[in-house]
Amino acid sequence: MFFQTVLMALREIRRNGLRSLLTMLGVIIGVGAVIALVSVGRGATQKVTDDISKLGKNLLMVSAGARVKSGTSSAAQALNMADMLAISRDVAGIHAVAPGSSSQQQIIYGNKNASTSVSGSDNNFFEVRGYTIDKGRQFTRAESQSGMPVCVIGKTVQTELFGTQDPLGAQVRVGKVSCQIIGTLISKGTAGMGQDQDDVLIMPLRAFQRRISGNNDISLIFVSAEEGHPTAVVAESIRALLRQRRHRPAGSDDDFNVRDMAEIADTVTSTTNALTALLGAIAAVSLLVGGIGIMNIMLVSVTERTREIGIRLAIGAFAGEVMMQFLLEAIVLSTLGGIIGVILGLIGSFFAARSLSLPFVIPPEIVGLAFAFSGLVGVLFGYLPARKAARLNPIEALRHE
Amino acid sequence: MTSASATSEAAFDREPVSAPADSRIIQLRNVHKRYGEAESEVRALAGIDFDVDRGDFVAIMGSSGSGKSTCMNILGCLDVATEGSYYLAGVNVNDMHDDGLTLLRRHYIGFVFQGFNLLARTSALENVELPLVYRRIPAAKRREMALRSLDLVGLSDRADHSPQELSGGQQQRVAIARALVTDPALLLADEPTGNLDSARTEEIMKLLVTLNEERGITIVMVTHEPDVARYAHRTVVFKDGLILEDKRAEGCG
Repeated sequence: MFFQTVLMALREIRRNGLRSLLTMLGVIIGVGAVIALVSVGRGATQKVTDDISKLGKNLLMVSAGARVKSGTSSAAQALNMADMLAISRDVAGIHAVAPGSSSQQQIIYGNKNASTSVSGSDNNFFEVRGYTIDKGRQFTRAESQSGMPVCVIGKTVQTELFGTQDPLGAQVRVGKVSCQIIGTLISKGTAGMGQDQDDVLIMPLRAFQRRISGNNDISLIFVSAEEGHPTAVVAESIRALLRQRRHRPAGSDDDFNVRDMAEIADTVTSTTNALTALLGAIAAVSLLVGGIGIMNIMLVSVTERTREIGIRLAIGAFAGEVMMQFLLEAIVLSTLGGIIGVILGLIGSFFAARSLSLPFVIPPEIVGLAFAFSGLVGVLFGYLPARKAARLNPIEALRHE
Repeated sequence: MTSASATSEAAFDREPVSAPADSRIIQLRNVHKRYGEAESEVRALAGIDFDVDRGDFVAIMGSSGSGKSTCMNILGCLDVATEGSYYLAGVNVNDMHDDGLTLLRRHYIGFVFQGFNLLARTSALENVELPLVYRRIPAAKRREMALRSLDLVGLSDRADHSPQELSGGQQQRVAIARALVTDPALLLADEPTGNLDSARTEEIMKLLVTLNEERGITIVMVTHEPDVARYAHRTVVFKDGLILEDKRAEGCG
């Protein structure tokens, strides 16, 4: 009987094809919007967290200068090698530490040139920042200690200067220095705020300081926390240590900055989540409006089909059966709208994700929820018209023109 | 469906026709029907006694407002009397609630209306199947019974046609097939030829006579036209909520 009634409902819906479609439109748009917005939101969150983790695993970045509102750093005593060694020696839960000084430099090879970010560091840099040597090798101890002019280049630099040629062993000019390429890096793609992670050239720190920056400062200390040690705790330890080393009086602000990438990722994630929830809620309202549309049409339908209801009642249908028929019709209508909405929402978010180069994420619990919700809309807004149908007096219904 | 209706149906099955020996399928005793309250009260039936034997063919006549439609509604278990008693096939209808009345309609009564009242855009076969759906008869069996019923009214070759594709006479025959498909104890026809020309009228009336004579179906029919009433064995005339005249045609019973 139930199956029969569902079939009857489906036939009724098909019979009034255009009207049914228009009735469902509200639910379709509501569900579709919820699915698409949540899906795109999830994709954006995933992209941001992925990108930030691309900078390095459990990465902390220490730089000199206080964090001021505009995001720039105020002048302060620079960091140096001793600070880095102290961190690596005294702070618990540290996996690796790498120094980093960098500046934008012109690199020339033959008749080609490229402007890239040149960093001075050591072999820990690769570990901490998650770079892997593709061809060639890292720095030897001798190269690091004596600051020999050798370098490892990222994919972007390699492609720009060498094309398909083998760059290993080639001499390039970095600013005013001639530097030999000893290795290339595996591509990491773009990260965080869209910087190209492959547009890099890394040389020993000593070589960078001596030949490019001309001082012994370190602009950044990269710290990778050990697995199982919360980055927030490690960051706090580093802060305490540096305050002490830099003799900051109690109550004063830090004149350095420890940036926790995990924290940044969390902030971004919670922001996008809040935004997604807000948009989702707005979309849910349109689902509600869709439900009212269904109620409206069902009420019209009951009036139009008064005679049919009269026939059914006269022939021997229980009022409950008539009620069930109309209720099921509303539920089938809204659930069908829900299914179409889910499909359209996913298609929409697929293309949106592609054009925004975000990962395409199917949020299963939202799909389930939207689906269940559309069914519920059918029950809620189908009830009134169905009750109206069931309460018709068969004699009057049969007389209805 | 609901548990209430399930139990009432079960009770119904346990207690079928209580008086099989009784030759009367319809027994109305001092039936009153009043609508409205106090001063605006309308007395549609003012105390009628009316019996119909099994296998009889009765025509009910009367001007509009005479109470004949009200009487038909009560006979069809679509309405209940304000006062008096009604036994249908031995079952006391007076104390029935809505679902009980529905079950009586479902199991005992077939309706034929003036306006045919077929479901539009639904094939003749499906229209005839409709009462069987509510009897929970499986699809294959339903189809078989519906086809047999259509055959009975001579329309088995039109099973797939929708009402719009059929003539008035054919539509009424589909409606009769629908009324017959459950093998009802009583066929109630409310001006079955009211919308038909005289040729179709004759066709339908002959069909009803055949069904009455060959299958022993009890028929109660409302009509305005004496020519149509002529086909019945017995004619009852209503006036002002009372039975004015009740006469049996010559050569019958």
